Amino acid sequence: MSDFSEAFAAAFALIINFESSLAEIVGLSLQVSFAAVLLASLIGLPLGAALAVFRFPGRKILVVILNALMGLPPVVVGLIVYLILSRSGPLGTLGLLFTPTAMIIAQTILIAPIIAALTRQSTETLWQEYAEQFSSLGTRPNETVIALLWDNRFNLVTTILAGFGRASAEVGAVMIVGGNIDHVTRVMTTAIALETSKGNLALALGLGVVLLCLALGVNAAAFLINEAAVKRHG
Amino acid sequence: MDDSRDNSVGSDMALKQSQTSQHNILPLALDNVSYEVNGMRLIKEMSLKLETGSSTIILGPNGAGKSLLLRLCHGLIEPKDGALTWQGPQRANAGQYQAMVFQRPVMLRRSVTANLHFGLKSRGISRANRNQIAEEMLHITGLTRLAKSPARTLSIGEQQRLALARAWSLKPEVLFLDEPTANLDPAATHSLEEIIATIKASGTKIVMSTHDLGQAKRLADDVLFLYRGRLLENAPADKFFEQPQNDLAQAFLKGELLWWHRQELKPPSEIKHRGDNK
Repeated sequence: MSDFSEAFAAAFALIINFESSLAEIVGLSLQVSFAAVLLASLIGLPLGAALAVFRFPGRKILVVILNALMGLPPVVVGLIVYLILSRSGPLGTLGLLFTPTAMIIAQTILIAPIIAALTRQSTETLWQEYAEQFSSLGTRPNETVIALLWDNRFNLVTTILAGFGRASAEVGAVMIVGGNIDHVTRVMTTAIALETSKGNLALALGLGVVLLCLALGVNAAAFLINEAAVKRHG
Repeated sequence: MDDSRDNSVGSDMALKQSQTSQHNILPLALDNVSYEVNGMRLIKEMSLKLETGSSTIILGPNGAGKSLLLRLCHGLIEPKDGALTWQGPQRANAGQYQAMVFQRPVMLRRSVTANLHFGLKSRGISRANRNQIAEEMLHITGLTRLAKSPARTLSIGEQQRLALARAWSLKPEVLFLDEPTANLDPAATHSLEEIIATIKASGTKIVMSTHDLGQAKRLADDVLFLYRGRLLENAPADKFFEQPQNDLAQAFLKGELLWWHRQELKPPSEIKHRGDNK
């Protein structure tokens, strides 16, 4: 018990002093997850909106697959990216394995389906309301997709934040493709796993608290944005 | 790059606007048109012709097929059988010369002005022209003070006025209106009817559905009376309101409830009352 409270005290000391070891890890975590969210949004938002609007053979199967991919296990994604990027893999020559880039790729693959599937869902609801009006106005397909994404912007911010939450909290994928190398690919989740197994509870707890605060902050942001949207647009 | 396209389309638009008094796409002929959903025939062998210059009001009770007929004419849905033919010279681009306002106004989650801009942009009007037309429309429909408000915070009457402004801003040759005042109070209805009358005076053909007899009398030049998917009467308004030929149209004009009339249903209260007397 005293171990525990000592660890807590040490953890808060780390956070308050903004220890450089902690800051470095937190910084890299944010960098990787932000980059992954950006890429996944660039893929997932248009894909989800297009899937909501256009009717083509095989669409329903695609929707089901996309929904299933929301539950992709991070370790499986890590393994696949590992195989692709490893020396003998198809992209082995790029030498990306055990770099932050590899971690960004893995997290992008992990959360792009989440963003696409959630975008598809909320955009489809909006499209049901807009379809006849757009058809009457003669709005072109590309304008339709852009207009739907824009008019759905508040929902989509929540969607993107959900993706960010998933990316920053997962450990399996970044562990496998990043390798948890100190000063290079060590992020919050992998560091927590390592420090816990080493018995260095102070750093692990400190990082855990930061991660929790991040999750809290993300959810608070999502909540406030929704509030503002309801107030403004009804 | 975009500008050059916009300009050319813009001048097309100017040309089009100067021609609104001429026929671009009208008349519209329906020949034996039917429409089905899941094997249920909801529009049954309708033949009629919509001519330029007059306002056509589609009358009938709920479920008569008024909205479906409008959607068929506007091209939002395809007939199961029969043919719809625009007979004017611009029939290949018929969509460009029509607009529609729906019973429930569809408001984009943007400002009032942005809603107007969206419609104009969809028709390829250049930004400069969009600004000018939008401002003018807001002024005519009395929405200028709300220009920057989010459209969805407007009252339902204001929303419908905006929907009407958005449709009118496209300078359509034919404007379809699907019970636009069904959810409105008398004051809002009055202001909407005034705008509709102005649109009509500007040379646009109005095709509007309603089940409000007073409104039909105020706005109609011609009347189409629909009942259960059939066109039962197609007559000039004065003739229709003075002496309708069809017995169901007569009943409708007298304000009788058509489906009770036919099926001879009794309200439950009446049945109970008779039991009490015994």
